[in-house]
Amino acid sequence: MTGRQVHLAAHFPGVNNTTVWSDPAAGSHIEFGSFAHFARTAERGRFDFLFLAEGLRLREQNGLIYDLDVVGRPDTFTILAALAAVTDHLGLAGTINSTFNEPYEVARQFASLDHLSAGRAAWNVVTSWDAFTGENFRRGGFLPQDQRYERARTFLQATWALFDSWTGAEILADRAAGEFLTPPSAGQFRHQDAHFDISGRFTVPRSPQGRPVIFQAGDSDPGREFAASSADAIFSRYSTYDEGRAFYRDVKGRLTRYGRRPEQLLILPAATFVLGDTEADAQERAHVVRRQQVSGQTAIRFLEQVWNRDLSSYDPDGPLPDVDPVAGEHTVAQGRASVRMHRDPLAVARQWRELAGARKLSIRELMIEVTGRQSFVGTPVSVADTMQRYVRDEVSDGFILVPHITPGGLDGFVDAVVPILQERGVLRTEYTGPTLRHHLGLLPP
Amino acid sequence: MTRELRLAVALDGAGWHPAAWRSPDARPAELFTAGYWADLVGVAERGLLDLVTIEDALTIQSADRFVPDARTDQVRGRLDAVLIAARVAPTTRHIGLVPTVTTTHTEPFHVSKAIATLDWVSAGRAGVQVRVGGVGAEPALFGRREPTIRTVTDLDDPARQQARLDAFEEAADHVEVIRRLWDSWEDDAVIRDAATGRYIDRNRLHYIDFRGRWFSVRGPSITPRPPQGQPIVAVLGHGPAAYRLAARQADLLFVAPRDRADAAGVRAEVGERPAVFADLVAFLDPAPGVAVTRWSQLDELAGEPFHSDARIVAGTAAALADEIEQLSDAGYAGVRLRPAVLPHDLVAITDWLVPELQRRGRFRAGYREGTLRGRLGLARPANRYATGAGQP
Repeated sequence: MTGRQVHLAAHFPGVNNTTVWSDPAAGSHIEFGSFAHFARTAERGRFDFLFLAEGLRLREQNGLIYDLDVVGRPDTFTILAALAAVTDHLGLAGTINSTFNEPYEVARQFASLDHLSAGRAAWNVVTSWDAFTGENFRRGGFLPQDQRYERARTFLQATWALFDSWTGAEILADRAAGEFLTPPSAGQFRHQDAHFDISGRFTVPRSPQGRPVIFQAGDSDPGREFAASSADAIFSRYSTYDEGRAFYRDVKGRLTRYGRRPEQLLILPAATFVLGDTEADAQERAHVVRRQQVSGQTAIRFLEQVWNRDLSSYDPDGPLPDVDPVAGEHTVAQGRASVRMHRDPLAVARQWRELAGARKLSIRELMIEVTGRQSFVGTPVSVADTMQRYVRDEVSDGFILVPHITPGGLDGFVDAVVPILQERGVLRTEYTGPTLRHHLGLLPP
Repeated sequence: MTRELRLAVALDGAGWHPAAWRSPDARPAELFTAGYWADLVGVAERGLLDLVTIEDALTIQSADRFVPDARTDQVRGRLDAVLIAARVAPTTRHIGLVPTVTTTHTEPFHVSKAIATLDWVSAGRAGVQVRVGGVGAEPALFGRREPTIRTVTDLDDPARQQARLDAFEEAADHVEVIRRLWDSWEDDAVIRDAATGRYIDRNRLHYIDFRGRWFSVRGPSITPRPPQGQPIVAVLGHGPAAYRLAARQADLLFVAPRDRADAAGVRAEVGERPAVFADLVAFLDPAPGVAVTRWSQLDELAGEPFHSDARIVAGTAAALADEIEQLSDAGYAGVRLRPAVLPHDLVAITDWLVPELQRRGRFRAGYREGTLRGRLGLARPANRYATGAGQP
């Protein structure tokens, strides 16, 4: 082995404009065959895990269900349990909300998934607080925004109490002695804090990994602190060199506060890619994909997410609006975490106007320019070079690849880039252990 | 003219006898593995059975109905039944998969998309057996409400009885929300219309706007309408509250008549809708006398006689087939067998009972392609929200 190992994971294409549904090669987003193909491809590439996002309310814009992107997805636990049947080693990571669930049920589901996959379950803990999503659930919008990480932290502790309520040595199944288990109190737990007061006996014996691997994706300061204290891996959004290095240093630097070592928290940014036969070919393909991803209608909707007002009367091939964004609470787009990224819409508008003016860009051209440029564009060799260099330079510990075509978008990467990384000794050629925790180099909890 | 009957099997741990796990061919150390469940459901599919149900509860098994006991001589611990069903869906092709879900405490939104997804991964073979909870030690697992019935003495308290009846009402609301969410996408909502840039026609997605005493749910689901449109909803019932729930919301009602007279009475009481299956606990061996001996040996190991809410039958395939024929003739659409010992009695059902019923012309010789609904003789329902007004 030479150099730092690259951890690779695959994000099933999601419900945003990264996913190009209009391409002739694009398949179903709900039929099991799509998920099975995607998972098997990731396993063929010896990836660490497959990753599923989740959103518990369909997105809306201007009070209407958003219809320009892929809409609809399966239940996370159910699809991951089914995927356990068609893969042998691939980790199965799902996003599960800590606000609109209860610890007992989630612990039961993750422990069950870990048993049924023989130790491959991972949980991306997301928090939400919005009453919009709460309208689908018993308790509605019960949680104040400033308590969402507090609840996530205590939610996680409650599930740990549940996971740890069985040590793993209880099941004897001793026919002769007539002892199925011992002690009789196996699974007993009690957890109390400001959010939860639960007790009883947990039904699921300790699973192969003990606890699922914990992912965290939030970027706010409390989010980073939550990750440093409690997570095994971060699903980060910083895939560029400088931003990635800064994020990596920041988060790894927080670990000592919790008595943890740098290798106990992996940083894995989402990364998109476009491959070509030559650099120019890849650039050309990337441009085509960008135009597929940002249609004229999509460009207007993006702009509304910053402007926070209805801009449907504007021409996407024309200039930016003269009117300014509406400051204050965002009301146009709902069910979308990204709108909170635009913390100062007036400043963003000023910056975009300067850019559009200097380069004579239409609304659509500007949106293609400023939103979601692909992380890695190049030949298989140059993409492998860049990935290897990023991991060597601690931009990240690897990447969660987000293909833009379902379900075949990963095939080309696994066929062309994976062998190069394997040849260089920075990507495993065979799985060396049974559990996801093992793939990630994490110790048992 | 004989009626072709339907056969289901109820899977639970090592089998329904409390000492089943001590049988020589039981696999007690594997109860928490995927392979165990895949093998069981594979055996049931080899027997051409209509469906398997998978038992579940939020509380740990206990000889006491209200609190966990301290026994160590029986199986304790179980996996989530929906996830077991999902895990075995890709390893099977025809058999219906009906996990148990508790409606008390759980979110209808989550349950709806979980069963819809089970339907997607099984290509139209999903159902759900709803279980009404709220009793004893269960609510403390969630910490959000008081138990309806705390102990056996509460059973006679009118206020507690009402709380228990309310839990059935809540279950009816729960299923109502599940069903509305399954319909909240019309079948053709995904249009992928490149010309207008729209992936869906949002006029074919619907808010369900359910408002009830226990919860309100806005919708639509995040999961497209499942292949069956409406997966199968089943209820196990022992009395009027459950029968009412089943009449309102279920496609299948499992009942547990104590004997032949009771079977006739129950059948008359529950009415024409939904389809009714009678539960039987089965010990089954090809040679006469063996099944009864096995039963008594297990009782001896257990240190007490085996009691069940359902009738227990021990005998040969011919004896069990006689019982089943009588139930069929009494108006039952089918029988759900609870194997006393797994895999032993399930294998015997597949290897001995099914051929016996086939010989008698009571059971089909093979699966036809199609969904679980189709196999149960239920049409794919129209979408309650469909107006045909979706814009092109």
